[in-house]
Amino acid sequence: MIDKYRWWEVVAIYAGIAVFLTFILAPFVEAFVVSMRPLDALFSIPYRFITEEMSFRAYVTMWENVPLLGLYIFNSFLIASSVTVFALLAIIPAAYAFARFKFKGSNTLLAAFLAVNMVSGAVLIIPLFKVMHQLGLLNTYFAMIAPGTAFVIPTGIWLLRSYLLKIPKELEEAAWADGASRMYTLRRVIIPVAMPGIIVVAIATFIVAYAQQFIYALTFNSKNELNPLPVGLFQFFGRQEVVWNELMAASLVGIVPVLVIYIFLQRYIVAGLTAGAVKE
Amino acid sequence: MTVALDRSYDIATRKRIDLFPYFLLVPALLITMVIVAWPLVETVRLSFTDASLKPEENFVGLANYEKMFSRRFPEVIGRTFYWMALSVSFKMLVGLLGAVLLNAAVPGRALFRVLVMPPWIVPIAVGVFIWGWMYNGQFGMISGLMQRMHMIGTPLEFLAYRDTAFMATIITDVWIGTPMVTVYLLAAMQGISKEMQEAAWVDGAGRFYRFRRITLPLIMPAMATMALLSAIWTFNSFDIIWILTEGGPRGSTTTMIIDTYKTAISRFKYGEGAARAVMIVCFLSAFTGFYFFLLSRLAKRGEA
Repeated sequence: MIDKYRWWEVVAIYAGIAVFLTFILAPFVEAFVVSMRPLDALFSIPYRFITEEMSFRAYVTMWENVPLLGLYIFNSFLIASSVTVFALLAIIPAAYAFARFKFKGSNTLLAAFLAVNMVSGAVLIIPLFKVMHQLGLLNTYFAMIAPGTAFVIPTGIWLLRSYLLKIPKELEEAAWADGASRMYTLRRVIIPVAMPGIIVVAIATFIVAYAQQFIYALTFNSKNELNPLPVGLFQFFGRQEVVWNELMAASLVGIVPVLVIYIFLQRYIVAGLTAGAVKE
Repeated sequence: MTVALDRSYDIATRKRIDLFPYFLLVPALLITMVIVAWPLVETVRLSFTDASLKPEENFVGLANYEKMFSRRFPEVIGRTFYWMALSVSFKMLVGLLGAVLLNAAVPGRALFRVLVMPPWIVPIAVGVFIWGWMYNGQFGMISGLMQRMHMIGTPLEFLAYRDTAFMATIITDVWIGTPMVTVYLLAAMQGISKEMQEAAWVDGAGRFYRFRRITLPLIMPAMATMALLSAIWTFNSFDIIWILTEGGPRGSTTTMIIDTYKTAISRFKYGEGAARAVMIVCFLSAFTGFYFFLLSRLAKRGEA
């Protein structure tokens, strides 16, 4: 058959995959090994991959040496969840409008939303910083949530719109024939039917919001108790004596939640994330 | 059964404009206006002023732009494009290779596909912390392994020298961007009809010939789209360089975004920073225009 490989082809494919995945995964493996090593063994020369006395000690001591670690992780979750909720409140009606209604300027507006994807918060940071400074919003959760929300909305609209397009119109027509208002139809007919699509959008949004909170927190927040994980750990990264094993342990603990979500829902997440790269 | 819907449209369009869809767009438009559109306009305005921490702002015309270009800014633009070109080329190359490998029908490929994504989904900053450790000269893995293999004689502090720091930030950026390229190109490859491959196979076309003459041309639109999107994302990339080098050593990794941030946020020169941001927006607009042009061309040919 066409997909039958000769033995050396199979070997070559596996070897290629091994090299490729090593590039992708080696940092995680290295981070794990480092987190297991005592600090003095870490600074031993020459470099050794495996050292004696590997233990989970750093995972215990990090909570003492990084006293706010739990809070950082909580903040990361809080910010990402808030971004997701606010974004969905904007995405669901907007996606419904683009999927179901013909209105003047709909194509232009949709293109405008897509164009938002092309700039990042970093480009617009100056006026945002200035206005938050003037309004006294620096060092609040709001300052870290609002900018993130704006930049996840376009992809969400695009993704949910294509899902809603697949829902038959007859459903709404039946509701309207029964005298339901259009708002009621959206709430009670469309949203329940579109729930799988909405969940995909929610998960993808959460992951992006969890991954990309660094610059807003770095710029708009200087209160340590409000810092999300990336910025909380960045302070330790900059120090003269970096406690690498604990930094790696804390980093890994911080990424476990998203990795768990990913492993269980990877099919939806991949669909959700690649939808950002649009094709009509 | 489309009567009800059509009638509602008819009534709406004939008598008055139906405001309901606009009403649905209000939340999304409001957030986008406040967080994206207004700051964009404000950035342009600020670029013509001497805004800083002091309370008053004065209109200074093109002074910020003149100042910017009389210094090392052209060099920064060149470096940004060089950084972007290298990074995107590597991402596309590694991503294409990965997609080809993961497309092969070998046992375990479902698992391999799952293992590709982590660099993209974990918080960017955390991934970069790990790379920061690996680039450590005395104790890091890369320097250690290279010494073991006698590629270098003494420990190499990657982030301390101009050239190695430049390459180090690129490699980390490639690491973060590759999963997306891989998965996207893989999806494009799986969209190719099996019959075409089989027809060529029956005619005796070998695997490499089929790849070159069937697969590659058919995924070309996806490659072009992804390359352009990658370029835009890379152009906007901030976290990686900021965490690894903050633009150093001696400016060797200072891209336009980093330069803007340093000028405006670290040194509080909002006006001069805004002028740099405006330059970024100009380039991004060009990319975006090209992106929409590409999409419409592909849509016409029915290939996208």
